[in-house]
Amino acid sequence: MYGWIGRYLRIDLGSGTVRKEVLTPDLARKYLGGRGLGTHFMMTEVDPKVDPLSPQNKLIFAAGPLCGTNAPSASHYDVISKGPLNGTIAASSSGGLFGPMLKYAGYDMIILEGKSAKPVYLWICDDVVEIRDAAEIWGKTVPETTEAIRSATDEEASVACIGPAGERLVLFANVMNECGRAAGRSGVGAVMGSKNLKAISVRGTGAVRVPDPKAFREAVVKASAKIKANSVGGKGLKNYGTDVLVNILNELGGLPTRNFLDGYFPTADKVGGESLAKQLLIRPRGCYACIISCGRATKVTNPKFAGQGEGPEYETAWAFGPDCGIDDLDAVTKANYICNDYGMDTITMGSSVACAMNLFENGVITTKDTDGIALNFGDAEAMVELVRKTAEGEGFGKKLALGSYRMAESYGHPEYSMTCKKQEMPAYDPRAIQGIGLNFATGNRGGCHVRGYTISPEVLGQPVKLDPRVTEGKPALDITFQDLTAALDSSGMCLFTTFGLGAEDLAELLSAATGLNITTEEFMKIGARIWNLERLFNLKAGLSALDDKLPERLTKEPILTGPSKGLVNRIDEMLPEYYKLRGWDSAGIPTKNTLADLGL
Amino acid sequence: MSKMLMIYPDRCTGCQNCTLACSVFHDGEFRPHTSRIQVTTWESEGFSMPTTCQQCEDAPCVAVCPTGAMHDDLTMNRVAWDEVKCIGCRMCTLACPFGAVVFETGRRRIIKCDLCDGKPECVTFCPAKALDYVEETDSARDRKKAVAVEFKKTFEEVK
Repeated sequence: MYGWIGRYLRIDLGSGTVRKEVLTPDLARKYLGGRGLGTHFMMTEVDPKVDPLSPQNKLIFAAGPLCGTNAPSASHYDVISKGPLNGTIAASSSGGLFGPMLKYAGYDMIILEGKSAKPVYLWICDDVVEIRDAAEIWGKTVPETTEAIRSATDEEASVACIGPAGERLVLFANVMNECGRAAGRSGVGAVMGSKNLKAISVRGTGAVRVPDPKAFREAVVKASAKIKANSVGGKGLKNYGTDVLVNILNELGGLPTRNFLDGYFPTADKVGGESLAKQLLIRPRGCYACIISCGRATKVTNPKFAGQGEGPEYETAWAFGPDCGIDDLDAVTKANYICNDYGMDTITMGSSVACAMNLFENGVITTKDTDGIALNFGDAEAMVELVRKTAEGEGFGKKLALGSYRMAESYGHPEYSMTCKKQEMPAYDPRAIQGIGLNFATGNRGGCHVRGYTISPEVLGQPVKLDPRVTEGKPALDITFQDLTAALDSSGMCLFTTFGLGAEDLAELLSAATGLNITTEEFMKIGARIWNLERLFNLKAGLSALDDKLPERLTKEPILTGPSKGLVNRIDEMLPEYYKLRGWDSAGIPTKNTLADLGL
Repeated sequence: MSKMLMIYPDRCTGCQNCTLACSVFHDGEFRPHTSRIQVTTWESEGFSMPTTCQQCEDAPCVAVCPTGAMHDDLTMNRVAWDEVKCIGCRMCTLACPFGAVVFETGRRRIIKCDLCDGKPECVTFCPAKALDYVEETDSARDRKKAVAVEFKKTFEEVK
């Protein structure tokens, strides 16, 4: 096979058996790889009703066919499982070196089953696969773990691991690789922790092959030129990172502020990408094969929040910044470093702190609940302290470790949680941007921006500018973005390549890498197939149309100030049409015809 | 005039596009393990350093080669390798101070930068301009200019 390796690992952590299995060409073409392929195996091998943290849940690491080639920014792999934060199908994507390295070692995917009796890590070097004792590494932070495992295995290895948060089953613990890259959302790190698996270290000395290297080179040059010529993909992201979005969203009045009480934050610029570049940036960093370089190597010298590492990204800067009413970039970056070191999702962490501040200011919780800390919006020190407490599993931090929904619910007020399907929404206010609201509500893993980034047309004018305030046409737009992203995630590409590339370009790259004639139409259909399969998993897990909704705050309480003052989200105008266009019935269930058409 | 491969580690993003481009150009497959250029990264400090053959003027690998397989190629301003003369003794690997020459038994060959015969693919595919193929007497010009720009800034502040 070209593009794919054609082989994957199945490892039973309970018995310690390792099997090498064949990936058939039919299955590869049907789901590509990454998210699609992983979801297929979850659907066929795991009961969707399974307890996410039980040994019966599986944890899958899967790369895509473009991973390991030099297609622009094609480094992504996905971690697929049933997520413990909200019980939906979880697929968390990460860049870095891990995905390509897995393929150079000779595998498209690893399926992890069962639970190890004691802490272990995996060492994969080409054909050698070992399950090793991790007693001495358990408890260590992500950078400590990475260093220790590289010393014990190979300095050139890529290490994907969990931090202490994953060990402690923080419901939004992530999997980190290369220290600063994260399969961030849905709590896949807690699943890894529940299996007593601390890390996977992989080194490969093999190759990824394409049928015609010269033709592939041409396709890569062409695609790269399109990204470089794009104002976002070629300039904005490199110069200012994803954090460039702070000012853009704030100027629109779509920057959720103080737990979504407002959509405008007057001093947002202080935590924006331009300030970051001026104050903390050492240099831009790129994932493997990346030509965009949105990564930020940063350093904080302010002794109160001192540290060094990667970030913050836009969502992170927002979650610890405006969403908590905070404009202190040093504090925001420090909170990011703690999350990276301990292995936690910054969006859910920040939004959970914001939710706690909201509960505190409204008197639902008091200093008795919060270990004596007054939680007022704007208090940077309190925010960082809560992040630390969550990371270290201390006092009120144990509540926050459940995510905002369960935390607020435990005080009798789940409506304070700014979540869809119990996962925290990211940094785009659905009241100011209608289409993204529909995307959050229908997201297969709950509130999430990287499942259908309609911000591109609704805010950034990519590839064309659409009015964010209208609902007309948004269901179709959401579906296109959701399907495109599902196929893109499964191919191994980074989502940011869509700043420059469309489905046509992606299908062309895939065809050049695999030697198959994958048309634009087939590419989009693969995306729709994956989306519907995820939907089926969630329906079987017990979710329903009742879960396709936004928090009431966004449909009933208008934005208070700024350019989008007075607006609410009008999801009711969009959802029925979305179901219809999806080929689902009014209860949000895919019809037989829809499934048959998609080969499901 | 002669050209050289110039490396600016301060610009490197650690993306490894150079190693990918190198391996596919020479071997027709993506196998960065045998790339002629390699990148060392310190993740926590956000620093990466590409290293490759320096095409030394008085090259240790040439000096120790018992058969003349490793030799100066003045037309390309590089150190070249002659497959026919090579006996696979690996003395060049031992002698190179940069670790830029290795032997691969499986394919019975020396792996070493050949500047892609004058159009290095690593330079073409570097998105950060951390690699450049320039006239050797011009090679430090960018650095001189960067110093001048910094000086100008400071000078204008104090005058």
